[in-house]
Amino acid sequence: MNGSEVAAAGERYAGAASERTSARRSRTSVADFLFRKGTGFVAFLVAITLVAVMVSLIIEGWQALHTFGWRFLVTTTWDPVTNAFGALVFIVGTLVSSAIAMLIAVPVSFGIALFISELSPGWLRGPVSAVIELLAAIPSIIYGMWGLLVFAPWFAAIEPWINDHLGAIPGIGMLFQGPPMGIGMLTAGIVLAIMIIPFIASIMRDVFMITPPALKESAYALGATTWEVARRVILPYTRTAVTGGIFLGLGRALGETMAVTFIIGNANNLSASLLMPGSSIASVIANEFTEATTSLYKSSLLALGLILFVITFIVLALAKLLLLRLEAGEGSKS
Amino acid sequence: MMSRFAKRQLINRINMTIAVLMTVFGVFWVVWILWTTLRLGLPAISLHLFTQDTPPPGSEGGGLRNAFVGSLILLGIAVAVGTPIGVLAGTWLGEFAVRHRLGAVVRFLNDILLSAPSIVIGLFAYAILVDPLGHFSAFSGGVALALILIPVVVRTTDEMLRLVPGPLREAAIALGTPYWMVVTRITWKAASTGILTGIILGVARISGETAPLLFTALNNQYFNTDLWHPIANLPVVIFQFAMSPYANWQQMAWAGAFIAVLFILILSIGSRWLLSRHARS
Repeated sequence: MNGSEVAAAGERYAGAASERTSARRSRTSVADFLFRKGTGFVAFLVAITLVAVMVSLIIEGWQALHTFGWRFLVTTTWDPVTNAFGALVFIVGTLVSSAIAMLIAVPVSFGIALFISELSPGWLRGPVSAVIELLAAIPSIIYGMWGLLVFAPWFAAIEPWINDHLGAIPGIGMLFQGPPMGIGMLTAGIVLAIMIIPFIASIMRDVFMITPPALKESAYALGATTWEVARRVILPYTRTAVTGGIFLGLGRALGETMAVTFIIGNANNLSASLLMPGSSIASVIANEFTEATTSLYKSSLLALGLILFVITFIVLALAKLLLLRLEAGEGSKS
Repeated sequence: MMSRFAKRQLINRINMTIAVLMTVFGVFWVVWILWTTLRLGLPAISLHLFTQDTPPPGSEGGGLRNAFVGSLILLGIAVAVGTPIGVLAGTWLGEFAVRHRLGAVVRFLNDILLSAPSIVIGLFAYAILVDPLGHFSAFSGGVALALILIPVVVRTTDEMLRLVPGPLREAAIALGTPYWMVVTRITWKAASTGILTGIILGVARISGETAPLLFTALNNQYFNTDLWHPIANLPVVIFQFAMSPYANWQQMAWAGAFIAVLFILILSIGSRWLLSRHARS
């Protein structure tokens, strides 16, 4: 007997007595249907927000993209007076400040995660994790203020030393020559690093903690040191998720606005030295948006926003895919 | 000549010391930043901070009353708009789309939205609300913040509903409860602490957001509660005052920063406490 036959038989036997019940049941199923579709519709709205963001930025930035074409991406002029706009200075600024941040944040986060998962006594684990996560709770404007008014003057005092020592190295030395102002690309990179450490460190810690003890213990039993276990067992095992965590941190660094706006120096030109002021996509939008008087100027800023959105979308999507692969892998191994 | 064993031991010791130093390095910044806000913010706190409005440039006195009120209004709009949307979308994910291909896609997009740069969200709010309406407004600022709050709420609601044991639902269904009632009366109730924690964490995150407010709520030197006009808010006032050359403004920026940090710390610690109490019971 298939389903419809069962239903037909049921109806024959139930007869008229159950008319009220079945009416209630159909009302219920309508309510269930509406509830399911209603929540689904809201979920759909949330999902298409990203598409909407993309479309609205394309529309608003179209005037600039249409006027300048692909040259918008590769020219360095940014001159509201003559209405000539190019994004290269800001793209480079965003990439360089994020690269500095990654160079600092990745090793530091690895050290922190290693400490929490392998070295720390049990009672210290919770407090250390909580303190590191506090870094993520502090709003970016506070980092900016602290960076400009407290960290930059302090950093300006050690910049002559950087000039003398790192600046003297042939080749990369030119990166570290410049006036000791305290603010600039390097300062922005350092503060960005501090801001993204909690994101990278907490993912690294989580995956280090779920590395199967049997794997680690067998390496220890063969006489491996803690470092060798970390380097040759834990890191290879968690490689995908660690990369995902790093990309997540990168996505944060690329789009970070307020802290960078305070300390990057806001100069609209490229310079070889990291001690010189620069600008990032986010910082120039934050600084100039309310001052943009012509529609082409405003459209150029929105086109910059579109570029930032596309870059971060790619980086975050990669991060998420790498982290998803870990979840899938976990399932098959258990 | 060092033996192979001694060399390995040495490398291990050096690297482990570095790991400890990195942790100290991380903790060092937290302490420095929080200490700075406390040191510079606490002395600037006074009663007229809460009773007077922001002073014009270069003048003495004044307070942040309009900024506090404005920020609370913006948070109110964000919670009113963001919470229902976030909870409903999260409910679909956690109840109807647990092993669903479409559910995986929505989760993926939501997670990207969660980490998307807030300045881009601000530009979006500008494009859909400020530009068509022709002027900056408190409402558009609240919507921008809601857009940042929503993915946080979606994610926690989804995760918390998936933690609710299946037998609880089955028991209710076996009693003849329609499914929408199972969700609203049983699983929402079971997951309520977790969902509330998500909302609180989301509010903690948006209460310091500055970038999206720069082109939506803007700022206002005066006291305003009209949702269709620019409104003063703490983050933008802090930004403006901290960047200014006036000592009075800078001092007030630190006072505002101290209160913002305190508010956020209370929310984060409160939600942690709520969750740990929930886990124990």
